[in-house]
Order: sequence, then C-alpha cells, then structure tokens
Amino acid sequence: MEQSLSPPPWSAAQFQAGARACIPVAISVAAYGVVWGVLAKQAGLSLFEVMLMSGLVFAGSAQFVALELWTATPATLPIGPIILATLIVNLRYLLLTATMRPLVRPGTEKRSALAMWLLSDENWAMTVGEMARGRGSIAFLAGGGTTIWCFWMAATVIGRLVGSAIDDPTRYGLDFAFTATFLALLLGMWKGKADLIPWLAAALLAIAAAKLIPGSWYILIGGIGGSLAGAIAEWRRGNADQS
Amino acid sequence: MLTSPEALIAMAGMVLVTMAVKVSGLLLANRLPQTGFIAAWMRHIPGAVLASLVAPAIVTGSPAEVVAALATALMFFVTRNLFAAMATGVVAVFLVRQALQL
Repeated sequence: MEQSLSPPPWSAAQFQAGARACIPVAISVAAYGVVWGVLAKQAGLSLFEVMLMSGLVFAGSAQFVALELWTATPATLPIGPIILATLIVNLRYLLLTATMRPLVRPGTEKRSALAMWLLSDENWAMTVGEMARGRGSIAFLAGGGTTIWCFWMAATVIGRLVGSAIDDPTRYGLDFAFTATFLALLLGMWKGKADLIPWLAAALLAIAAAKLIPGSWYILIGGIGGSLAGAIAEWRRGNADQS
Repeated sequence: MLTSPEALIAMAGMVLVTMAVKVSGLLLANRLPQTGFIAAWMRHIPGAVLASLVAPAIVTGSPAEVVAALATALMFFVTRNLFAAMATGVVAVFLVRQALQL
C-alpha cells in the first residue's frame, strides 16, 4: 500500500486500462440510468435538461434525490432545497477524492482536481482496487469515469425517450452488480488482521446508520468511523510495541 | 419546452456544490501530514468506505443478498477475477429472489 514511489504519469495506456476495467460495472450503472430517465420524464424534465443534468452533474444518487423534489412548472421549482440535497448526498465524495491524493503528481494538482469531476463510486472503487496492488493513476480513474459517463448519459437519454414500462433492475438482480463488484474489490484489498477492525466497524456503523438515517449518510458515517477505528487500533498497537 | 431559467440555476448549483465537495476532498488531503495518526486514518478510508457501501446492501433482511454475497466471495477467492465474481453475484441474487417468490 505504501506508495513511496511517485505515481505514474498520465498515459493513454492507463486511461484505456481504466476505461476497459469499468465496462462491467458500467452496465449496471446503465440499468439505473434508464430507470432515472423514465422517472425524469415523469418529473417533467425535458430531454435537454436530462442531458445537461446527466452530463454535468454526473452523480446518480444526487440526481435521483433531485427528481423527488423537481416540479414540472419552473415557478415552483425548489432551487435551494435541490442544491442543498445535492450537497448532502454528495458529501461522501470528500472521503473518496481524499483517498486519490497518493496519485496526484507534483505539478499536476489543477488537472487532477478537474479530473475529480469524472469520479463516481464505481471508478473510484476500481481505482482503489488498483492502488491496493501498487498500481492505479489519475488517468486510470479518468478513463473509468469516461466509460461510466458515456453509459450513464446514453442510458438516461434512452430512459427519457422511451419513457415507460422499463423493468425494475432489481428484477434481474442488476442492482446487486454494484454490491458484488465492491465486495470483490474489498476482499482483494485484504492485507491482514489489521483490516478486520476498520472493516467490521465500518460495516456495523453503516448498517445501523442506513436503518436509522435516510439518504447516503451511512457511507460517511461508516467510512469515517471505520477508518478511525483502524487508525486507533494501529496507534494502540504501536504504543504497545514501544513499551 | 427546452428548459427554464429556474432549472438552469438549479442544475448549475448542483454542479457547483458537487465539484466543490470533490475538489475540497483532494485539496484537504494534500494538506494533511503524510505520516502518523492522520496518515494511518487516511490509509484505512478506502476499505472502510467500501465496507460501508457493501454491508447495508447485503444485510437487507432477505437471505437472497447474503447467499449471493457468499457466492460472490467464493467465486472471487477461487478465480481472483472481478468480472466472474460480479456475474456470479448477479445470477445468484436473481435465482434466490426467484426461488423466494415461488
């Protein structure tokens, strides 16, 4: 995990590797994209608005929440609540982009910050999986993000155009594609018993938070709580070694 | 109707807050120390976030997700292949959900 070597420079090969690696998980992104497009039509979004929101906001869970607040008549659109809900749902990205720091090469801070626009849960997870094996780069993240972006854009537009009678992805188990991929990535990151405490703490906190608090708070609560538990355990072991 | 000024303002706001959060995460991390407690904390974030994403989706109250998670893990340990593990999970959850409906 210790990436003492400097991260690899931007390369087309890394970009393509990321773009390819994210195709499987992009298929389930697309399944949800079609559902979002159908709901967007019902909520009164025009095709142009669907393209703007998917293309620029590019954040699935925030877009679902925005639809719940959206109104067909512009005069009654709750602009403030929509922006606030987006902020709350997307706060988890603080943790995700923070973990990309080891990939930022000196002198590329601005470009790397811009590349965060393409960061979604899915290509973040694939990139973190690469980092656990001493690989991964900002180009890999951006390549994966580009794949996800294309699938998300195409799927939401199709959903908006078709606009009805699309099956629920849970009927085919497609909702589980995210969970299965993230689970396999997590298992691939196992490095020893030191991971047990943070993972278990994160899982328990997230399960409890998901039951008690609506929205995506469970990701932040589990992520912060679990990683803190891991750091405290490490710190206590270090103290025990010294004494 | 193409769009409205209200919708454009709302979407511009959504883009701004999303980018603000994403960029702050990266910039804040850049300013944090690279050794010691904070660094150890940062090191544990990826695993903890992944565990947080996964755990509530597995513990749903239905056995389908638990069975599918076990199948996914087994397939991953055997093949070490991400796609095979994902496909196994999807098929398993589909089959168990179908079986539960009968």
